[in-house]
Amino acid sequence: MSEHIVSPKVYIVIFLALMVGTTATVWAAYQNFGQFNIVIALAIATFKATLVVLYFMHARYSPKRTQLVIVCSVFWLAIMLAMTLTDYDTRTPRDSRLAPPAISHLFRA
Amino acid sequence: MSTTPPLPGHQMPHEDYLNATYGIRSWLLTTDHKRIALLYLGSVTVFFFIGGLLATMIRIHLLTPTGYLVTPETYNKLFTMHGVAMIFFFLIPSIPAVLGNFLIPLMIGAKDLAFPKINLLSWYIYLVGGSFVLYSFATGGLDTGWTFYTPLSSIYSNSAVTPAVIGIFINGFSSILTGLNFIVTIHTMRAPGMTWFRLPLFVWAHYATSLVMILGTPVIAITLLLAGLERMFHLGFFNPALGGDPILFQHLFWFYSHPAVYIMILPAMGVISEIIPTFARKPIFGYSFIAGSSIAIAVIGFLVWAHHMFVTGESVYAALTFSFLSYLVAIPSAVKVFNWTSTLYKGSISWDTPMIYAFGFIGLFLIGGLTGLFLACLGLDIHIHDTYFVVAHFHYIMVGGAVMGYVGGLHFWWPKITGRLYPEALARIAAVTLFVGFNLTFFPQFILGYLGMPRRYHTYPPEFQVLNVLSTAGASILALGYLLPMLYLTWSMRYGKVAGQNPWPATGLEWKTDSPPPTENFDVTPEVTWEPYDFQNRPDLGLTAGAPSLAPAHGDD
Amino acid sequence: MHRTGELYGHFETLEQQKETATLGMWVFLVTEVLFFGGLFMTYTINRHAFSTAFGVGSNTLDLTLGGGNTVVLILSSLTMAMAVWSAQVGKVGWFGIFGKVRWVSIFLIATLVLGTVFLGVKVVEYKQKFDHHLVPGRGFDIRYRSEHPTASDNPKEIAAEKEELEKAFAKDPDINAHAQLYFSLYFGMTGLHALHMIVGAGLLLWLIKGSFAGRFTPQYNTPVEVVGLYWHFVDIVWIYLFPLLYLIDRHQ
Repeated sequence: MSEHIVSPKVYIVIFLALMVGTTATVWAAYQNFGQFNIVIALAIATFKATLVVLYFMHARYSPKRTQLVIVCSVFWLAIMLAMTLTDYDTRTPRDSRLAPPAISHLFRA
Repeated sequence: MSTTPPLPGHQMPHEDYLNATYGIRSWLLTTDHKRIALLYLGSVTVFFFIGGLLATMIRIHLLTPTGYLVTPETYNKLFTMHGVAMIFFFLIPSIPAVLGNFLIPLMIGAKDLAFPKINLLSWYIYLVGGSFVLYSFATGGLDTGWTFYTPLSSIYSNSAVTPAVIGIFINGFSSILTGLNFIVTIHTMRAPGMTWFRLPLFVWAHYATSLVMILGTPVIAITLLLAGLERMFHLGFFNPALGGDPILFQHLFWFYSHPAVYIMILPAMGVISEIIPTFARKPIFGYSFIAGSSIAIAVIGFLVWAHHMFVTGESVYAALTFSFLSYLVAIPSAVKVFNWTSTLYKGSISWDTPMIYAFGFIGLFLIGGLTGLFLACLGLDIHIHDTYFVVAHFHYIMVGGAVMGYVGGLHFWWPKITGRLYPEALARIAAVTLFVGFNLTFFPQFILGYLGMPRRYHTYPPEFQVLNVLSTAGASILALGYLLPMLYLTWSMRYGKVAGQNPWPATGLEWKTDSPPPTENFDVTPEVTWEPYDFQNRPDLGLTAGAPSLAPAHGDD
Repeated sequence: MHRTGELYGHFETLEQQKETATLGMWVFLVTEVLFFGGLFMTYTINRHAFSTAFGVGSNTLDLTLGGGNTVVLILSSLTMAMAVWSAQVGKVGWFGIFGKVRWVSIFLIATLVLGTVFLGVKVVEYKQKFDHHLVPGRGFDIRYRSEHPTASDNPKEIAAEKEELEKAFAKDPDINAHAQLYFSLYFGMTGLHALHMIVGAGLLLWLIKGSFAGRFTPQYNTPVEVVGLYWHFVDIVWIYLFPLLYLIDRHQ
């Protein structure tokens, strides 16, 4: 059987990298980067997720077929997000949201 | 078990998947894909009858402009429950879970699907989901339309929405597991020599279908879960009164439900791609284009969903994009139709029952597909949105296309499934009846819709009565067209002529084993050395260039 | 479907069986990505529309508990990966009074313990939300905590929260409704994640039982690997949930 055995050293290095990523994301959240806060947070999360997929889940050592499956999942998620946002991002401010009626009086405020 | 030896001169029947084991337990706990296919066959037929009964009531109600049969509220429930039963519990599982389940392992030379227990589990999940939906039908019904648009479904409807939503949520996992099983099976279980481009086009079509199942179904599951939670706990995801956005529900809903149309039609296209070369005695024209167009339909199908929402208040720019992308689906669909017709060219065509269904499919799918282009057109859709034009369009695709393919496929593989031939003359009459009845039912609806009759209304202006009466008359012929096959197919299971391995003869691997096949499908793992749909170089089937052509065997010869 | 040792009858070789199982799990994870994807879509649209309310809601979450849980979960991923490794190499060691034990059992138990700790912390966090009237419904009141501080609350923190809420109400008078959307999503997303954790814990129990029976060897360890894939996926979901739910508006 030609399976690739990843050594524990690699696992520990990846774990430490994930810890650094977690610290970085908390640190970044306390800085004011304006609208880039969400971008940075998602970039770090994606970096961490990639590490997990590549090493903990052995995607780096998997057959091409498995890698294709992973790419497909990300691609279809992107289709869903991007194509839906084509609607929300191109609405004029007037119809960007069906104006909700004033309802604050319904709740204890 | 007694081991009494058979009397001398007495022949034991050949052992196959039907008689290998006995008793109700051996069916309910089976992991044999062929038996599970038959379990599915039974259960989807039940839902087909329920849906058909509801459709009958709708058509009777619409005989008169004022509608005598039911109250307006009940009418809303009739068309909703008809849609839910037919779409989620008949059309989506019909071809994949019955024919696909039965045939994919046989066609690729495997002993079973990759995950036999999960296959059985998916049938039980289907039953549980179905029970929830039937419970909802029985305790108040459902009046939201099969689309469950919020906030009607989550706030205002007084019908039994919650159990229905739970039922469809559960049923989604049955579909996911079937798709997962097919994809993995096609990847890892192919027999030696069965390369990707030797796969039958039926298998390619099911691969594409499974892609849609696993990529789309989870989204409808989470969407209905959110809508259900919203109804149960008064949350506000999709409720504008609480700040939510109902259009978001429609985006998520159609992200699955548009591709779901391809779950219904793609397998039917696979069936047609098997029938046409067999009864034209010619290799299929443009194999790789038909295979590729299945995948293309599955992928492009995910880029067009918001054409269902042109009148909802989505952005005009998005609507334009989706309108344009919707036209793209026409390309791979047309590739298929052209290739089927090219296959017929100079073929030696015989008008056997499955072939009549295949011709019916091509014609009806053509009309259904081309009217789809009308609806994809942003400007025109504003005019005919939510009219009977839409109803006629999708019935041409789903009934004219998917159900024709399903019934045609049942006839084509019936000898393999049961080992018996059906009475050919009767079957041809039934096929023509179905075709005539279908057109009489739904063609008038195109005209009605174009003249402006809205769908989902329980009354209509008197000037529409003639066309509605025509439609109802057609529906009764259509009903006859469905009942006939049901009767003679059942009859043939016991009294039909024995079919033999390969009655047509066709070239697929499934025809190289016994009819009905043994539990393990093949006595020895087959090795594939031939190209698909080759009617000239198959000495193993008695098909060689110059040899006298073999006529199909018929049940009433 | 008969079975010879670990090989099911419809497969030709163990390798084919392993490939099939792994591919099956990956395809299942694709469906999970799209399943959570629908939730993330809902989150995106609502956060975009009600950024103030989402910021206020996010700031009521306990960052220490959330961050700690992130560490716990990533650590559990490490132990899960180590469990797969120990099964692959078949490592056996002496563990004091327990005598000779397979390492795979040890790592699986460690993973289960860490997963349980995560769920326990989640329970504590949920309880806080109930105490502070932050569960969507009639009783929901985003101001409840700042108006009803308990003895254990830091007065400075309460004052800061009051000020933040005042500003938020000035920006978005319907914030009480819109913050409910945030908390609906918070409970929806973390709840679904927790449900996956519970399923994962069940699978771990099944693996632990098998590992003590000596089922997993260098030749046959597919179940450990497949459950490992699932566990890591659940970890990835949390890697996204943590910044999206806890860290929306911390810099103010």
